[in-house]
Amino acid sequence: MIHARGLARRFGDKRVLTGVDVDVGTGELLLVTGPNGSGKTTLLRLLAGLIVPTGGELDVAVDRARIGFLGHEPLLYRELTPLENLDLYGRLYRIHERRERIGMLLERFGLWDARREQTGAFSRGMLQRLALCRALLHEPDLLLLDEPFSALDAAGTELLLDELAKPMPSRTVVVASHLPERLGTTPTAHLALGSA
Amino acid sequence: MIGYLSDVTALARKDLLVELRSRDTVPAMLLFVVATLVVFHFALPDDSSRLAAAGMLWIALLFTALLALVRSFVAERDEAVIDGLLLAPCDRSAIWLGKTLSVFAFLALAEAVALPAFALFYEPVTWELIAGVALANIGIAAVGTLLGAMAAASRARELLLPLLFLPLAIPLIVGGVGATLAENPGRYLGFLGLYDLIFAILSWASFEYVVTE
Repeated sequence: MIHARGLARRFGDKRVLTGVDVDVGTGELLLVTGPNGSGKTTLLRLLAGLIVPTGGELDVAVDRARIGFLGHEPLLYRELTPLENLDLYGRLYRIHERRERIGMLLERFGLWDARREQTGAFSRGMLQRLALCRALLHEPDLLLLDEPFSALDAAGTELLLDELAKPMPSRTVVVASHLPERLGTTPTAHLALGSA
Repeated sequence: MIGYLSDVTALARKDLLVELRSRDTVPAMLLFVVATLVVFHFALPDDSSRLAAAGMLWIALLFTALLALVRSFVAERDEAVIDGLLLAPCDRSAIWLGKTLSVFAFLALAEAVALPAFALFYEPVTWELIAGVALANIGIAAVGTLLGAMAAASRARELLLPLLFLPLAIPLIVGGVGATLAENPGRYLGFLGLYDLIFAILSWASFEYVVTE
């Protein structure tokens, strides 16, 4: 599903990612580790198509509609409620029976009771849970998770691990984390990035 | 086509809801446009011409529009929500059109207050003026939304947007003042309509290149 050779990205004069080779098949789980500034976030943004490489080859064999992305920011409107935020994305992704899907996700991630509160009043952990709901809303084939455990408490981490442990042969997952021990599941591939 | 319109509606509705909750933009626009008209009222001599009054109105409307445009992509950039919208499978031009519609609505609200204030302080509002304002709104919203998206990517967006927008707004001022004062306003209204058509198509077509690499 993902094939990269000599992948590179620079921002101005700063080289953030250099010569990265990655091969990830359908249904695999790739763990990306590395110190701060090693390019983990940049790699995930490249895979999502949010930025383009400045060198090398990258082929991500999945339509953008089938990508779920969890970044550093929750990508949610603070003035809207969880229901309204997810409903917006549900409409844009043309999800059938989106209300049922939204309700199920909010219930599963413990946000049902807060479904009508503005997300601007949420704690960082609640925002992260809601961002996970957003990323999972359309049941993506490629799930890109950038530091997914940040701000999650033990219960939230457990929910995420349960989600990742689900047997879904068509879903490929890429997790970037500097806390790989929290992943629990054994990844099928590991990419260790060094300082660029 | 139905899917496209559904995306545009969802995005415009979201912007209106965000503004309804935050009240960041429209109240500032209303206060600004009324305050500007009051200041101009006292700045202009009593025997000043209709031309001066119309010019002042159009300047006030243009700078009021800048307030809306500067803030048009703040949520999308500050909270990085633009990434979420760009990842969604909708046509990227739907993001522009949804935002343009919401900016148009904010401008229309400001003008619903500004035109009666203009009638109170200066002279009666004519149908030609209302038509000119409505047509200029389309151009301001279309071009301004595109430039607002460009400027929002910069930390100096408050400086950048006027520098980008004001030169492109000169034809709108020419057309608007002409429609307000000319004996034959049809020519100027036609000019505004043509500007709207050309720049709306250009903005619609180029938005994707502005928000993606």
